[in-house]
Amino acid sequence: MSFDAWPRLEPRGEPSPAMVWLTPVIAVAATVVSGMILFTLLGFDPVATLQAYFITPVSTRYGLAELALKATPLTLCAIGLATGFRANIWNIGAEGQLTIGAICGGGVALAAWGHEGPWLLPVMMVAGVLGGMGWAAIPAWLRVRFNASEILTSLMLVYVASLLLDYLMHGPWRDPEGFNFPQSRQFGPDALLPIIVSETRLHLGSPLALVAVFSGWLLLARSFVGFQIRVIGLTPLAAGYAGFNQRRLVWITLMIGGGLSGLAGVIEVAGPIGQLTPSISPGYGFTAIIVAFLGRLHPVGILAAALLVALSYIGGEAAQISLRLPLAVTGVFQGMLLFFLLASDVLIRYRVRLGASSHRRPAPAAQGIR
Amino acid sequence: MEGATTAVAIAVAMIAAATPLIFAALGELVTEKSGMLNLGVEGMMLVGAVSGFAVEATTGSGILAVAAGAVAGMALATLFSVLTLALLANQVATGLALTLFGTGLSALIGKSFVGMPLPGLPHLAVPGLSDLPLIGPLIFGHDLLVYLAIAMTFGVHEFLYRTRPGLILRAVGENHDAAHAIGYPVLKIRFAAVLFGGAMSGIGGAYLSLVYTPMWAENMTAGRGWIALALVVFATWKPARVLAGAWLFGGVSILALHAQGSGVAVPSQFLNMLPYLATILVLVLISRDRTRIRLNAPACLGRSFYPTV
Repeated sequence: MSFDAWPRLEPRGEPSPAMVWLTPVIAVAATVVSGMILFTLLGFDPVATLQAYFITPVSTRYGLAELALKATPLTLCAIGLATGFRANIWNIGAEGQLTIGAICGGGVALAAWGHEGPWLLPVMMVAGVLGGMGWAAIPAWLRVRFNASEILTSLMLVYVASLLLDYLMHGPWRDPEGFNFPQSRQFGPDALLPIIVSETRLHLGSPLALVAVFSGWLLLARSFVGFQIRVIGLTPLAAGYAGFNQRRLVWITLMIGGGLSGLAGVIEVAGPIGQLTPSISPGYGFTAIIVAFLGRLHPVGILAAALLVALSYIGGEAAQISLRLPLAVTGVFQGMLLFFLLASDVLIRYRVRLGASSHRRPAPAAQGIR
Repeated sequence: MEGATTAVAIAVAMIAAATPLIFAALGELVTEKSGMLNLGVEGMMLVGAVSGFAVEATTGSGILAVAAGAVAGMALATLFSVLTLALLANQVATGLALTLFGTGLSALIGKSFVGMPLPGLPHLAVPGLSDLPLIGPLIFGHDLLVYLAIAMTFGVHEFLYRTRPGLILRAVGENHDAAHAIGYPVLKIRFAAVLFGGAMSGIGGAYLSLVYTPMWAENMTAGRGWIALALVVFATWKPARVLAGAWLFGGVSILALHAQGSGVAVPSQFLNMLPYLATILVLVLISRDRTRIRLNAPACLGRSFYPTV
């Protein structure tokens, strides 16, 4: 099919490194412009809404701390997901792994209730990480052993995890003095992450996310496993000839993803929430997919992307209160952002040409997400 | 007689629960047969559900409502096509984006419709036959979309395996370079297949909000779009098996619901897990036979097409 009347796409000899980091900027700009159109359609003043959405919420110290607070679980989940995405392993069940991490970590806190000590928080963290890894082990095993699509199994397990949490909150783990509200006891002081900036909710979990960023970078850029992950994602055939063990990489990437998502779950319940409730995450595990792509599947990029996407959460909440803007706008924003990013990513491997087509077209540069 | 009536009631509920899955899975099957993997079924269903509901609530016309669901699904499918066909974006990532976007968009559109009741769609009434005991409600008493879903199953089978356009569509899905070399318009065919998938997902979603519940709630599809994707694999890309698979899933979810009603001593949350666990189970049972998957899956599934000549 010829697109002669249209601007044509012509493959670049090599993917453009500049475009890799430029397209997220284009995508953000396009999202902001579309956002203004959306605000106008909804009957809001676009400029004032934009300010209420993106500027006012982070113009205070408390607001900035909230931004870091929301970016923390997003960063953790996204680094785990990106490790897999790079190797074409599509774990999209981070939300479920986060939930199980919260259940395991929170369960430790509840079991230790009344017998606490400084040992409690580290144990909770370990329990959360192991819980997330255990939950991610199911799709990993089903993929390696039975060839079942990890996309669908990990996603199905999100629903199972949230039903399990719901059961625990309505049943055995319900606060005995909580007037039958479906939530657990408040955690004791030893089960809570210490606040690191006074008069805010910013806690020790956020520096932990920075450690994850650094470790993620170390793994992907400086280790042999990271090399294998990148090769398998770019050219699976070459990885096969080189004798890289694909099954092992399925395990490794899903364990990293599950562990980090589980950690994010503990951090949420031991941090801002302080107890177990039936809904501990406003979809961080799914939004992390957007964060991972926006951050170019690169840990440092993910950190920046997580801050940006966290702003969309905080801005959505603030604009809901100040302007009565529907909260669902946040989800539309996040979806649009990913669309614009995927659309502009074409510029990485192709350049846009107008006019008559050349006779011979070289084959496009190697496929891959980035 | 009492027991038979209950059994018929369960079977009728099962068929209703299966219907949105049949629509969505058949649409995705045709999409995948053309070589396109659209993971945005959940998003298209949600947007179809809210659009159908909005049109029914404002115009009162059931036919318009179902059409609106289909059109909404097609609108999202167009978005998917632009990204994957024209801009060569990764299909998995774009499909995920479609689901995330559809979830947000449907919540935004549906804000003013939450909690509003609807009358639902008319049921088939064949004079004499629909009033028969047992057989009447089981065969002649469903709403019209149930019959449409069954007809579509056979229609899709006929189209794919008994018509020339169906053959071409399958050829494109098996080897897009060869199909292109013969002169078939690969991108146009794929666009049409994705649009069909969008329309069917939209109708499936509209069935949920117009007939099955009937009401609008955020995220009301509750993973049915993903179950539909699993059904396509379960059916090894064969339409008639989609029907069987969907009824099986409808059965699992209705039995779970029924068990709750009759006071089985298992917490409701565990019963509600059953459809998701069943999805994993059948996926494993089918996928473990790698040869069977390789023989039946379209060879170009999920691969971008860029004409090199």
